[in-house]
Order: sequence, then structure tokens, then C-alpha cells
Amino acid sequence: MNIPTMAAMMAEGKKPEILFWVGCAGSFDDRAKKITRAFVKILNEVGVDFAVLGTEESCTGDPAKRAGNEFAFQMAAYQNIEIMNAYEVKKIVTTCPHCFNILANEYPELGGNYEVIHHSTFLQQLINEGKVKMKGGGEFKGRRITYHDSCYLGRANGVYEAPRKVLEALDTELVEMKSCRTKGLCCGAGGAQMFKEDEPGEKRINAKRAEEVAETKADIVAVACPFCMTMMKDGVSSDDPNTHTVKVFDLAELIAQGQGLEDIGM
Amino acid sequence: METAQLIQIIAFVVINMAVFYFGGKKFYNIYKNVNLGKDKVIEGDRSERLKNVILIALGQKKMFKEIVPALLHLAVYLAFLITQIELIEIFIDGFTGGHRVLYNAFTELSFLKGIYVLVVNSIEILSVLALFATFVFLARRNLLKVPRLVRSEMNGWPKLDANIILFAEIYLVTCIFMMNGADQALHNNDYPFLLSKGFSNIVLSGLSEGSLHIIERVGWWGHILGVLAFIVYLPYSKHLHIMLAFPNVYFASLKEKGFMSNMPEVTNEIKLMMNPDTAFAAPADGTEPEIPTFGAKDVQDLPWTNLLAAYTCTECGRCTEQCPASQTGKKLSPRKVMMDTRDRLEEVALNIRENGVFVDDGKSLISDEYVSVEELRACTTCNACVEACPVMISPLDIIIQLRRNLILEQSNSPEEWNVMFSNIENNGAPWKFSPQDRFNWANEE
Repeated sequence: MNIPTMAAMMAEGKKPEILFWVGCAGSFDDRAKKITRAFVKILNEVGVDFAVLGTEESCTGDPAKRAGNEFAFQMAAYQNIEIMNAYEVKKIVTTCPHCFNILANEYPELGGNYEVIHHSTFLQQLINEGKVKMKGGGEFKGRRITYHDSCYLGRANGVYEAPRKVLEALDTELVEMKSCRTKGLCCGAGGAQMFKEDEPGEKRINAKRAEEVAETKADIVAVACPFCMTMMKDGVSSDDPNTHTVKVFDLAELIAQGQGLEDIGM
Repeated sequence: METAQLIQIIAFVVINMAVFYFGGKKFYNIYKNVNLGKDKVIEGDRSERLKNVILIALGQKKMFKEIVPALLHLAVYLAFLITQIELIEIFIDGFTGGHRVLYNAFTELSFLKGIYVLVVNSIEILSVLALFATFVFLARRNLLKVPRLVRSEMNGWPKLDANIILFAEIYLVTCIFMMNGADQALHNNDYPFLLSKGFSNIVLSGLSEGSLHIIERVGWWGHILGVLAFIVYLPYSKHLHIMLAFPNVYFASLKEKGFMSNMPEVTNEIKLMMNPDTAFAAPADGTEPEIPTFGAKDVQDLPWTNLLAAYTCTECGRCTEQCPASQTGKKLSPRKVMMDTRDRLEEVALNIRENGVFVDDGKSLISDEYVSVEELRACTTCNACVEACPVMISPLDIIIQLRRNLILEQSNSPEEWNVMFSNIENNGAPWKFSPQDRFNWANEE
């Protein structure tokens, strides 16, 4: 893999077209790191002129802000904006809808003005431009895939079709869950729920979502968010005999598999 | 002029003055209560706001996510709207002692008469559809017990309020047909109003002129008294949405739903902190700077738009039905957040009316009596409630301001969140990893 950093490129006097914002989950979470690497393989294969911030990246402040800690958020934003503005970043792609939302909607008022694009939209563009081609090895034949809408992609920013278009590029059957698109049921991670125990209730939100997965009889749940990944993985791998064989993959992993760039273990 | 007619005119004038006074006072109170909220700059394009009013408030666009309730509601809504036109004539008749003044003023075969006949026929047809819808609504609430209509926050007054409105609808439609039907019978079924002609033929045939006259008067007075009582009742009811949906949609945020306001008071603090000239300096004029309240603890800390939204809420529960926390048995219900905001606002307003100024009553919107900490903690900020609301209310907007107060003013946070905050502040990630390891993923496989 070729993963240039902004610092290294700057030292060579180069400025990449696009910054790949990896995010905390993509950098530290073992499962999400696989998504990060799959996406980089696609970028390398297509020959996208990109770089990452590497160790200079830090949390956007999203979980702090959604929990109500505006101070922690704005301090984090201040730091990130200083770094990105120093590198004269113009365009950002990210594999995390929470990073996408906060960079696109909340950073501008604080002085961070960038064109921000989520990797689902970015992949759709690459497919439309013919830059991403499927090998057609037939591994998707006969598989049912259902797409789980991420709240921060769908309702929060109106991105419903791009992830579905990406999945349509695979030779597979796309089935919808009972609640999808504008009515998509949350995975339960947002609003900083990821970082604490659930409040008392009848069941976990991801368990309820897993029931909807079971109703579709899908083999694969496609997600576009590292936090949805954690939640859906836990949800389907519970003791429920209807879902414990269901696998959860990110769009980037499925595309990397389709391109023959890696074997994601479908 | 006959005495009976004169008495009716006087009664009509007096009753209207009373409604104007009492209703007006109550509506003015609501206006004042909404203004107890903080100022808010309304951002965004005016024409886009007006477009929303036309499509979403007037056009009910967001209602049509659920087709059956949407069509039933549309029947009641259209019947209500078009009845307002006939009310013009009822008021003229009432004040002058005349009878169908407009109908008689328009000459035969004139364009205006054509419109008049069309309007009355539409009212009659829509009233029958609305009556049907009302019976279905009553069944959905009381027999079928549609889940979103019977949750615990609906017990007591909210449930009674909903049923009162539905029975009032049946009452009003009955009056319209008594009025128009008897009028038909008294005029040899000459009026070109199709449904009341049928009603007259089937139900009222064979009655004496005296009885018909009484039925007509009872229908006429019953209808107008119902309408006037409704005006006085509205400010106490969830039914205020018939008026407030319009301003609420107009003032609703135009930004992406994912946008959560950046608190300017926090930005200011951070700027002062980051600037070496101001970070350690005393204020120039020697006074301590006023420290703002962060987030909202009580209704007065919310912007007035949230308070308007609380009065606009019709308690339909579409938000709660879609809420992932509500669906999985957590205590949070976005509808209850709106209802609590309105109830607390009424309580605060009463406090101010009685004492001249607000006297601390030891309560606040964040409390076990209103919105509890447990409810606030359960929100995933997923925007399902905001998406679901047909009149563009954002319960999430209130929830996040209350959360901010819990964290920034009360330091009331679960321990796991405190760990997450300090991780973000100290090592740039919500988990306890070294920033130096952030790029390790590149060398693993």
C-alpha cells in the first residue's frame, strides 16, 4: 500500500488533490482498520492523488459535541482546522459519516471550509466514471445484501442513493429492511451512545435492527459507517440462530473484493 | 324587525365580544409565553421558508409518509378550511339578522352565485368525508389503540383533549346538516346543495314548518357557538397546530438535519483562552465579564422557536413511533419532551403572572417531573423524530440544549463519558490510545 502523509508531501513540495480523513475508529478499531485499508487499496488501484494526516489527525470532537460537551468539541475542532488550513486542504474524503457530517456542516462556522465527501459518494463517482471496475469473479452471485442506512449519512445529510448505487455495481441482490432510507432505524451508536452503557430498556437498539436484518433473509449487511459496523456486527452475532451466519461489511470492503483487491472472507 | 330577531342579534354581538375578549387574552398570553424564550437569529432564505410553508404546512407534504392517516386528516383539514368561507356569511347573517345574505345578494346565474353554490356543496361533501374520518380517528385512538396514540404520556388530559376535539367535529358537522337540511325543507328543496337536499328528503320530510324552523335555528346557533367555543378552547388544547403549524414551519431550520449549532458563547471563551493578550489579562474596565449560561436548564433558556414548537405540537406521536430509544423500551419519548416543554412553560408563565417576575419554584425543565436525565441520556441524535414530524418540530434541538446544560453547567455526566471527554482532550481520540499510534494501521495486516 502506498499511503502518503500530508507532511511528507509538503516536504516534497506537493499538494495532494484530496485528504483522506481516516477518523478515530478507522485508525484504532481493529475491525474498522480493515475498512480503512480496503479503501486505501481502492484509492491506490484507481490512482487517486491523496494523502492522510497520519499522527497529525485527531478526533473531530463529534462524540463530545453530541454528548453536550461543546467545549471539548470546539477545542478539538480548533486544533484540526489549524492543521488542515496550514496544509491548505481543499477537499476531504472520509469513511466515517460522523466525521463527514461534522466536517461538512459544523466546521465551516469555526473557520474550516472544505469540500467534504463521504466515501459512499466518492465510490459512486469512481464507478460512474468507469475508474472502479468489478472483476466479476462471481463471488457475489446468489447473495442477498441489505444496506443499513447510517443516520449521519441519510437523515442528517440526505445521502440515501449513493451507497445503494455502489452496491448495485456488485452482481448481487439488494433487499431493503422494513425501515430504510428516511425511516432507517439507528444502530444505536450515535449521540455518544457508543461510549457508554445503554439506558434501561427492553432491548438494545442493534438487537432490534438485527431482527429487521433477519426478516430480509440477507447473507450480508452492508454498512457505510465504522460505528454502525460495530453495532451491526454485535447485533447479528448474538445468539439469534436467524442471524449468526450474517456477515457485516463496509461498502469499501465489498468494492475491494469486487475489484479483486483483497479477500474479505465472505 | 321582530323581537326574536333583535334578541338574536344582541346575543350574537355579546357572545362574539366575550369570545374576542377571553380568546384574545389567552392567545396574547401564548404570544407572551413564547417570547419568554431567548432571542434567535432566523437564518436562511425567506423564499425557501415560504416554499416550506406552502408545501409542508399548507400542502401537508410530510403527512403523506403515511397514506391512510394523511387522507383522513386531509378530509378534516379541507372541510375545516372551506368552512371558513361559509363562516363569512354566518357572521354577516348574525350581525344583521339576515338569512343567507350572500346567497340572496348574488343574482341568479351570476358568477358569484356559482361560486357560492360550489363552496356550499364542497363543504357538505367534505363534511361527510370529515365525519367518516372522525369516526375512524376515534376508533384508532380508543378501540384499535394504535401504539403511538396510547403511550403513557397520553394518559389523562392529552387523551381527553384529543377525544373532545373529535366529538366537537361530529357536533359541528351535525349542526351544519341540521342548518342546511331544515333550510332546504323550508324552501321546498330549492337550494342547489346536493347533500342537504338528500338529508332533508330522507330525515326531515313530513315535519311541520315550525319544527323545521326550530331545527334550522338550533343548527345555525349550534354551529356558530361550537365554532366560537372552539376558538376559546384552542389555547388550552394540542389543537393549536391548526394555526401555529404555519409560523413553526416558517421558522424551522433550513440547514441539513445533521447540523448542530456551534455555541457562539463557547467560541468566544475559546478565542479569549487562545489569545495570549486576553488569556491572563483582567478585563479592561475592571469588571468581571458576565458568564453566560451554557445550554438550557429551564424553558426560559431555550430560544423562542423551541417554545413556539412546543405549542405547535399536536401530540401525534410520529416522532416517538420512529425513535429508536422509544422503540426499544427506553424512557425517552420525543413527543413527551415537547409536551413537557409546553407544560413547564405554562407553569413558568403562571408563576410570572402571579408574582410579576419569575420566582424560583425549585423546579426546572430538566427534572424528574419533566424531562429526566435518563430520558436525555437515551437519545442517539439520529434525527428520526425530526424527520417524522409533519410540522417541522425538532425535539432533538431541545434535547441537545438540555444535554449541554447537564454537562457544561452541572457536570452531570456518566463516568464513561467523562473518560471519553478527557481522552479527546488529552490524546485526540475518544479511546485511550496514544496519538503516536494513530497511523499504525498502515503497517498492519
